[in-house]
Amino acid sequence: MAWTWFHRLGSPPYIYGLATRLTAWFAWPAGLLIAYGLYAGLFVAPADYQQGDGYRIIFLHAPSAYMSVMVYTVMAISAGIGLIWRIKIAHAAAASCAVVGATFTVLTLVTGSLWGKPMWGTYWEWDPRLTSELLLLFLYLGYMGLRSAFDDVQRADRASAVLAIVGIIDVPIIHFSVIWWNSLHQAPSLMKFGKPSMPPEMYLPILAVFLGFTLLFAALLLTRLRAEVLNRERTATWIREVVSA
Amino acid sequence: MNEYAPSASLDRPLAAGEALVSSPRTGSPLRAAALVLARDLKLAFRKRGQWIQPLIFFAIVTALFPLGISPELSRLREIAPGALWIGALLSSLLALEFLFRDDAHDGTLEQYALSGQSLMWLLLAKTVAHWLLTGLPLALMAPVAALALGAPLSSVPGIVAAVAIGSVALSLIGSIGAALTLGVRRSGVLLPLLTLPLSVPVLIFGASAAAYAIKGESYSAPLYGLGALAVLALTLAPLASAAAVRISLE
Repeated sequence: MAWTWFHRLGSPPYIYGLATRLTAWFAWPAGLLIAYGLYAGLFVAPADYQQGDGYRIIFLHAPSAYMSVMVYTVMAISAGIGLIWRIKIAHAAAASCAVVGATFTVLTLVTGSLWGKPMWGTYWEWDPRLTSELLLLFLYLGYMGLRSAFDDVQRADRASAVLAIVGIIDVPIIHFSVIWWNSLHQAPSLMKFGKPSMPPEMYLPILAVFLGFTLLFAALLLTRLRAEVLNRERTATWIREVVSA
Repeated sequence: MNEYAPSASLDRPLAAGEALVSSPRTGSPLRAAALVLARDLKLAFRKRGQWIQPLIFFAIVTALFPLGISPELSRLREIAPGALWIGALLSSLLALEFLFRDDAHDGTLEQYALSGQSLMWLLLAKTVAHWLLTGLPLALMAPVAALALGAPLSSVPGIVAAVAIGSVALSLIGSIGAALTLGVRRSGVLLPLLTLPLSVPVLIFGASAAAYAIKGESYSAPLYGLGALAVLALTLAPLASAAAVRISLE
């Protein structure tokens, strides 16, 4: 049948094997792209005419900000798939996303506040971008808190899936309401229509880190998914075969 | 007299639940929702003390701002919108404890889920009752607190409208959090962690409507924003709450 490949994705042993085989294929390109992007960005790219060398933290800041939102989207979509079609692996994937996403969010906040000190003269400003990123962190923490409040994995899965879906509807609303509230953050220079407002020596390294972080997330997700599957299926016999092999 | 005997009359608080269970899949969802609304209001009327507590809490929180910041009315007027809305957020959070907890403990929610009626409508009716008992009194109380914080008398209509509309959204968003934490033993800290980040847009629009009202400017734009949030929450929150209640009953 043409659909067997799809049904196999619901099987924990198959997913475990697939994740084990695929991890390296994501991890190596991720490492190479991030290494190239950070080297080219931090040492090769020209200094900004206005911000000098201080702007270089963008090579870490912008990609991690993009990841913090992207990971939440992936988490909510897989939670939704798990809730609607009752696929346990999708719930396991959503659970694996949360810590990775929260880490990217913390990285964004830390690099952003380090960038803010020389440019705005303050580590923290109640600016919409900063505030909505902080609220995104609280959403991740709420999701993790709700998961940990249940003893039963399946109930934790389903309850936290509802929260993730509510969150994905509310995240854009929170984001825009915070923007209307107050704004100081610079306008997007790369993620916009038309030509990017920076030279290729600057945006190529950023794009490399963007792609590298996406692949890194895939590798981390697969690794965490394997741990999650091992934990959930710890009583299954196939685990004993995998572990002893 | 046996409290649990089936009855279709509305004299006793259990009547709505019994009517639903004894005649499943009959009657429109609106009729069932009206029965639940009447039952919840009747129950609340018998436990008046419980519903006054969030209002007292709101009064205390707003009274803490002058003590903590400055008793000067000119400075208080500046922070009055924020102080009012933070008080309203916290007191609506406190009141969420009463929304589903008692009905989950005595099995009423389970009966609602089994009644064959749409759980979404029944939960919406419970949330409406909750808003009538907490949001509406809060909207009537907020201008009193605002006047005490130095807001002019002309700001009263704006503040009443903003709190009345905003608290609809708060009750509905809160109903999702309350439903999600039903199966959790210690939900005290978890509920604010889930609900407060989602309530930020209400705080922003509500506080700016109050700020415009206090300054004597037109506050219709943020009020429309609050209305949009309330309508969106009214459309989607009952779906999420019903899903969450079903999960907690599994």
